Amino acid sequence: MEPQNVREPVAMEEGADLLRFSTCGSVDDGKSTLIGRLLYDTKSIFEDQLQHVEDVSRRRGDEYTNLALLTDGLRAEREQGITIDVAYRYFATPRRKFIIADTPGHIQYTRNMVTGASTANLAIVLVDARKGLVEQSRRHSFIASLLRIPHIVFAVNKMDLVDFREARFREIESEFRNFASKLDVQDIAFIPVSALKGDNVVERSENMPWYKGSPLLHHLETVHIASDRNLIDVRFPVQWVIRPQSESAEHRDYRGYAGQVAGGVLKKGDEVMALPSGFTSRIARIDTFDGPVDEAFAPASVTVHLETNLDVSRGDMLCRPANKPMVGQDLDAMVCWMSDQPLTARSRLAIKHTTRWVRAMVTNLQYKLDMNTLHREDGVTQFGLNDIGRVQLRTTAPLFYDEYRRNRTTGSFLLVDESTNQTVGAGMLLSEPR
Amino acid sequence: MISYQLSHLGALEAEAIHILREMAAERERPCLLFSGGKDSIVLLRLAEKAFRPARFPFPFLHVDTGHNFPEVIEYRDRRAQQLGERLIVARVEDSIASGRVVEEKGPRASRNRLQTTTLLDAIEAHQFDACIGGARRDEERARAKERIFSHRDEFGQWDPKNQRPELWSLYNTRLRKGEHFRVFPISNWTELDVWSYIQREKIDLPSIYFSHRRTVYRRDGMLYATAPFTELLPGESTFEETVRFRTVGDMSCTGAVMSDASTIEQVIEEVAASRVTERGATRADDRFTEAAMEDRKKEGYF
Repeated sequence: MEPQNVREPVAMEEGADLLRFSTCGSVDDGKSTLIGRLLYDTKSIFEDQLQHVEDVSRRRGDEYTNLALLTDGLRAEREQGITIDVAYRYFATPRRKFIIADTPGHIQYTRNMVTGASTANLAIVLVDARKGLVEQSRRHSFIASLLRIPHIVFAVNKMDLVDFREARFREIESEFRNFASKLDVQDIAFIPVSALKGDNVVERSENMPWYKGSPLLHHLETVHIASDRNLIDVRFPVQWVIRPQSESAEHRDYRGYAGQVAGGVLKKGDEVMALPSGFTSRIARIDTFDGPVDEAFAPASVTVHLETNLDVSRGDMLCRPANKPMVGQDLDAMVCWMSDQPLTARSRLAIKHTTRWVRAMVTNLQYKLDMNTLHREDGVTQFGLNDIGRVQLRTTAPLFYDEYRRNRTTGSFLLVDESTNQTVGAGMLLSEPR
Repeated sequence: MISYQLSHLGALEAEAIHILREMAAERERPCLLFSGGKDSIVLLRLAEKAFRPARFPFPFLHVDTGHNFPEVIEYRDRRAQQLGERLIVARVEDSIASGRVVEEKGPRASRNRLQTTTLLDAIEAHQFDACIGGARRDEERARAKERIFSHRDEFGQWDPKNQRPELWSLYNTRLRKGEHFRVFPISNWTELDVWSYIQREKIDLPSIYFSHRRTVYRRDGMLYATAPFTELLPGESTFEETVRFRTVGDMSCTGAVMSDASTIEQVIEEVAASRVTERGATRADDRFTEAAMEDRKKEGYF
């Protein structure tokens, strides 16, 4: 590797924002090479990191500097040459800071893929130009759509191995568009790349003049993410009540509800309702350490003061009286199961949803999805590790929630085994059950 | 028109505040590991943002090797006092005196590794169930895989292959008695983010982060500050150099970089253009083996 591609300064522009994306692909799709290429061509790799990768590559007898080693953090991963866990990588251009959740693609790591996808604004699904649509690509696309990642990029890789032919790319594109029409995805892009050679990763490829779209990095820098958040439904799960224990006159009556805005725009003067009590008041002030603000939107962390003294505490939620979340104890959800111990009907679990913990019992396993065909399998008696399916649950106390497709924060929950404290499942809420 | 979009630093800050409040709400006995280094200094500002005007719902804990930079110790005490918060100091020297650890001998002796025992003993003595730390995933390979709420068993050990999945911004904060969490609110920050935030927030730092004249010696290609406990190897000598420190740790294993950067703007320029990671440039403790950090973390290190 040419040393001139080692790190160079990045001056971030005023107003640069943050894009989180996940990458999924199987062992041979060139995922790690693509990430390595993005980091390398954006000059984000430090000399000592590159030196380390070169040393290890040489020791292992690799014929080339294996950029995949950049993302393998644990000893076991380097020894076995596989990615076991989600790895996070960071780079920046003047326009954006990027957080990459690099997830292993094999079916046995579905839970890691789900984990990486849960916070992503965008997913890159790697496709081998020689193979086209394979079972893995279906699964990766499905997980991205299930987790409501708003933007998916199909990076058709190894174009150099199909002589950069447009016909092959178009064939794959139409195959995927056909398949993707069954998925619920807002924005899909197709980019022909060669991660190994660098075509259309950072620089526009001279080998594919027929491709008029953006190279991958330019797409990542410009994809519009501002409207991905819900700015309509005001949702403010109360995390912590700030009550200074001091005798000073200034703070004697201070009672602020601290939390992270989960949806909508909170404005000073707005009428709000507290759940579960149902009492209403108005927002007297929105505080931050740097002084009061007139409004707050997701994902800002702020402190809200109400005009009247309602009994509000952690686990409660503020919303608008005319726009309330669903409130209920009977839940209908898609669940990804993450434990070796199977999930069965009658399983009892703890649920963490927004800032609340409740207990729940599984009342019905409705169906399990075949991850390769997306067919529903009815009448199952249990979910095993990495299974995804639809379940009904009954909770001990009501949750204040939205459909996951409407709000990823108020529509998601964790399932925790109370005997081991392990996180055993991830849930995405569907609309109100019948 | 308002764009309703946070800047990248604004988004990182909001995430960190959320993490601190989750931890405070769901754990009974947290503490904040405060070393006087820039990352933990940023944590203090984030804690102000999360909890003021009330007091912090946790004390600070510093593991003092006895071989720290005096400028940093002075800063630590001053900052704790300014904030009006409680500082607990656990001393490696006490662990040595009580026979819990044995001091290494010779010119290459370091108390860096001994800190783990002192830290775990302090966690047990105070029954802390969550220790907030300033570690970042961009620092080191093993850290890139670590959770924000990182579980430690009753022996303080980290099991990297058996970590709880961490989804959305939902944290599973449940523990058994005797176990604890290390909580890392700035996991997703890079070194440059930390410096940009320090600049944005006009945060005061210990003087050793800025260019100054210092008596140093060269070992294994790195410059180390001379200290009262320094023993030179044959062929080594001390000399004066204009340096600054990019990280702050035990004097025995924290290298200096030659630098004229004396203002925050100059430091940011230097960090942005740096071709070597901060730990690669300055930390002898990560150089032992390829998995030095992973191994130390498994034992209960920071």
